[in-house]
Amino acid sequence: MSKLTPPLPKFLRPAPKRPGQDPARNGNGNGHKPSTGDQVKEGAAEGKAQVVGWLDERTGASPLLRAQLLRKVPKGTNWFYALGSATLFAFMSQTVTGVFLAMYYDPSTSRAYDSAAYITNEVFLGELVRGMHKWGATVMVILIFLHMGRTFVFGAYKYPRELNWVIGVVLVVLTLAMGLTGYLLPFDQRALWATVVAVNINASSPIFGPYLADFLRGGAEVGATTLTRFYALHMLLIPGLIGALIGAHLYLVAKLGTTAPPWLKAEKKDLNREEI
Amino acid sequence: MASDSPKQSRRQSRYTAERDMPGAFEGETVTRRGLMTGGAMAVGGIATAAFAIPSLGFAVAPMLKDSTADTWQDVGAEEEFDETAYVPAVMNITAEAGDAGKHTVYVRKRDPKSDKKNADIPYVAISNRCAHLGCPVRYIQASQRFVCPCHGGIYEADGKVAGGPPVRPLDRFYTRVRAGRVEVGDRFSLNAELDRFSPRDPSNHLDGLWQYLYPSRPST
Repeated sequence: MSKLTPPLPKFLRPAPKRPGQDPARNGNGNGHKPSTGDQVKEGAAEGKAQVVGWLDERTGASPLLRAQLLRKVPKGTNWFYALGSATLFAFMSQTVTGVFLAMYYDPSTSRAYDSAAYITNEVFLGELVRGMHKWGATVMVILIFLHMGRTFVFGAYKYPRELNWVIGVVLVVLTLAMGLTGYLLPFDQRALWATVVAVNINASSPIFGPYLADFLRGGAEVGATTLTRFYALHMLLIPGLIGALIGAHLYLVAKLGTTAPPWLKAEKKDLNREEI
Repeated sequence: MASDSPKQSRRQSRYTAERDMPGAFEGETVTRRGLMTGGAMAVGGIATAAFAIPSLGFAVAPMLKDSTADTWQDVGAEEEFDETAYVPAVMNITAEAGDAGKHTVYVRKRDPKSDKKNADIPYVAISNRCAHLGCPVRYIQASQRFVCPCHGGIYEADGKVAGGPPVRPLDRFYTRVRAGRVEVGDRFSLNAELDRFSPRDPSNHLDGLWQYLYPSRPST
């Protein structure tokens, strides 16, 4: 572990005691008497170290966190490498706003439109939270495709990262499925007809299409079962899958490391890794 | 390290007794550890299946259940309809879905001169659900065509495809007359020859080789 784990950065290492500041030696006249401010500072630092040490002793998290947060990255790493984190941030924003929207939303055919309108018009900051969820969905789709494009153009999908590409593609599909299921929930005319068309596109695939459409609608027609079904998929099933796959995605990123930009590899082979 | 040494072959024997296991029975091949591992896996598998299979069945059941309403809805008196002009009427297809479950049908009297097929149905009730992807079509009296707003599907006055992406004629509904009132019942689909089929989803073909790729469903 010690070879793979990067060393602690300086600000986390305990500072060596200065000569003359050893409390045990205060009385003999060699050092100056520490001021109250110094004592407080020292006490706080010690307390912090004790809390960190207490947690680390019981979880063993420190080497894992160091491997994840302080790992070496290739020279030439640039802002394009932040697109994945940006997508993750968009997902977290969708999760948080979605959880709070669920406090007011009612997935029944008679109340869905009214409860969505109530969120927008009556609830304090409701327009903002619903707006962030709506526009955040678009932002997440744009970011995930930019992230995918960066991975493709930089050749970062190649050995040994093929599995991470596959997981990423599944995440793209799940993100689009979130868009599809979430689109019905306001239950206005646009939502209804977009869902009718989307389900019928599914029905157009041979052999399985009609069954798939029946599964999505929960019957032969779009109705109350479709709304509750899409709500459950949108709220519980798909976000759970996305969360689990993001975990696997990040584990592989930490394990395999990121790739250098393709233009750097051609220059100096020995120098394309550097410490942070 | 020859693999055929007697000690090696004893260690690889399938009988636990021959592998010098303490307490082994004569002829025993499954170790107690193996039995415990397999048993624990089997119990866990049964317990998982006990909740997973009913849940999955619960989710897919609507695919297999006949969900047609089997109701007749009154759309007007007999004298309100003739053979030439379509009268739009509103039906409740899925009553619990409110406005979203309402559906427009275009109704006229069957004209024996032009409507050769489906002679057992007294009134022609054409569904406004486009056979392309299910958008609502509208009848244009001046051109005597049904026109879809979404992707430009166009149908003749009898529902046959005149142009655009639709794959089959517009669906129709069964009709009957009760006490001078016209009633509209279940949906059915038609192929290009206006032969009747069980209701299909929009985009499902009913002609040529394509029809074999889109089987009828249990839900209709």
